[in-house]
Amino acid sequence: MTSTIPPFDITNLPDDRGRFGEFGGSYAPVTLIPAVEELRTAYNDIREDPDFHIELESLLKNYVGRPTPLYFAAGLSEAIGGPKIYLKREDLVHTGAHKINNAVGQGLLARKMGKPRIIAETGAGQHGVATATVCAKMGLECVIYMGELDVERQALNVARMRLLGAEVRSVTSGSRTLKDAMNEAIRDWVTNVDNSYYLIGSVAGMHPYPMMVRDFQSVIGRETRDQIREVEGRLPDSIVACVGGGSNAMGIFHPFLEHTEVELHGAEAAGDGVGTARHAATLSAGVIGVLHGSRSYVLQDADGQISEAHSISAGLDYPGVGPEHSYLRDAGRATYHPVTDAEALEGFKLLCKTEGIIPALEPAHAIHLAGTLAREMTSDQIMIINLSGRGDKDMHTVTEALGVMS
Amino acid sequence: MTTATTPSRISQAFADLAARGEKALMPYVTVGHPLKESTLEIVPALVEGGATMIELGIPFSDPLADGPTIQRSGYQALQNGVTMEFCMETARQLRQQGVEVPLILMGYYNPVLRYGLERFVADSAESGIDGFIIPDLPPDESAELAELSQAYQRDLIFMVAPTSRDQHIASLSGRASGFIYCVSVTGVTGARDDVSADLAGFLSRVRSALDLPLAVGFGISTPEHVQEVGRDADGVIVGSALISRLDEADPAEAPTVAREFMRYLRGNA
Repeated sequence: MTSTIPPFDITNLPDDRGRFGEFGGSYAPVTLIPAVEELRTAYNDIREDPDFHIELESLLKNYVGRPTPLYFAAGLSEAIGGPKIYLKREDLVHTGAHKINNAVGQGLLARKMGKPRIIAETGAGQHGVATATVCAKMGLECVIYMGELDVERQALNVARMRLLGAEVRSVTSGSRTLKDAMNEAIRDWVTNVDNSYYLIGSVAGMHPYPMMVRDFQSVIGRETRDQIREVEGRLPDSIVACVGGGSNAMGIFHPFLEHTEVELHGAEAAGDGVGTARHAATLSAGVIGVLHGSRSYVLQDADGQISEAHSISAGLDYPGVGPEHSYLRDAGRATYHPVTDAEALEGFKLLCKTEGIIPALEPAHAIHLAGTLAREMTSDQIMIINLSGRGDKDMHTVTEALGVMS
Repeated sequence: MTTATTPSRISQAFADLAARGEKALMPYVTVGHPLKESTLEIVPALVEGGATMIELGIPFSDPLADGPTIQRSGYQALQNGVTMEFCMETARQLRQQGVEVPLILMGYYNPVLRYGLERFVADSAESGIDGFIIPDLPPDESAELAELSQAYQRDLIFMVAPTSRDQHIASLSGRASGFIYCVSVTGVTGARDDVSADLAGFLSRVRSALDLPLAVGFGISTPEHVQEVGRDADGVIVGSALISRLDEADPAEAPTVAREFMRYLRGNA
């Protein structure tokens, strides 16, 4: 592994400029610089504010439904063979995916900052639904940007957002997916910076977003650490999570970073395969660049134009990745593996059949990767998969794909 | 590094204009729009029509500070096969054709980073480019490019907005050169009916902190805007309004349209 990375001080990243080693930072258009600074200050204040934490914890418990179970998946463990496999059941939270953990936290922050209007981007629609939910509950105006292609393939979530009172704006530029929705959300923020709060759903964007979203999502990892110690009396040997922008993975990884005996594995969406032009495996095939305000690995061509990503899963269909993942990759602390559309569908079917749980297509990538990694493991070992969301939203895509592929 | 003894072409141009009591008129064109070779004809026509400096836009797949007009022109340019090398080559050919006004490259950071910062600055210098505007590269992240620009005696031009804090504006002192790009409104690029309510107040705030010419951009589309902005600024920047006219015209007519639009903005159409 590269030796240019400074000594590993995981408790203290990012630095005050938002850097995780050479990654991260704040590449904001000039109009947004004061807004980003204001957000940093506000976030630093609430971090130290006990009242904020009391309110957040109460909402996470009574509204979101935390803590989520850490479930021993006996059927899946047996089918795969090898380690004991546990599932962290983020699919069981309110709205059906981990995105709500962050949306609740940032929603409280926006309200505290006195911003009446919330903007968000969404890919699969889970972050959009979570944001619309929080806005409905807190009485905030909500505008969601979603790529036209995702509006089509995630129709159920579009209906949910509208029912919750959000305005869903279909984005027709570029690849008409998550990156274009994010461009459009940033343009809205630049234009309406006085009254609007940009509620980013992943560990991407300019500082402080990658840090803040990670902090709000790290409740997943903290619970997991306590729960596994309680049932097994020790930490797991490995943790597996899917990575698009990477918020569910950062959430479960972060509290384990200091426990270097725990292996961390990310499943990236390889679409038709990393060797093809149609994939979203940024850490496997990207080059360091700047996208959406931070420096990280990016899928791009030789001229620095951002590539269009492709994945069966709208939530992983993004040509960038959170800067902290880039850091963990180069530091050798986490390993990232490509998983194709076809393999994710296998993982999807496997969990349905062995556990009676229909996963979202995003964590279906993690399930397939878990199966591959388990082959090298033994029955006295423990593996945890972050089951980041449930699969209702994907029924249309899956039935169509399986109809063709089976 | 030695301190530059000769003023840059951009500084000299502003000084000459000021001596004549005139303002800079700075059109923005996307390189390779509407057709790949169009820029070679449009730029001389702009100069003929009264443009005093030219911004050459490097197209980017994800232009998040731009409105629909410039987004579309960049998309078209990429479809036409425009690359960074092509932008450099275009500047080189413009110089060979005898274009003498300052040429400024404007583009997003990722293509510049991918091209290589030193290579970008060195090739720019060699191609006759005088300065750079990178809208998504804030001062805090710009140290390396600023140093290289100084080494190659190119101007690194920074933007300020009405939302910018005094502290931010002051921090540009010593780092910015050429001129300051004052964004007239909060928002993305694009033509607007009104330029800005309190432009004068904003510009005087910038002027009190920085000893550089001020050019105003975003939303300028009429001779009235040019006049109004010219009262308090040293130059005006026109992008989307020009691109729209080029979009509407037959590509063969693009140079004529460009020249006439400059004359119209100058008030001598």
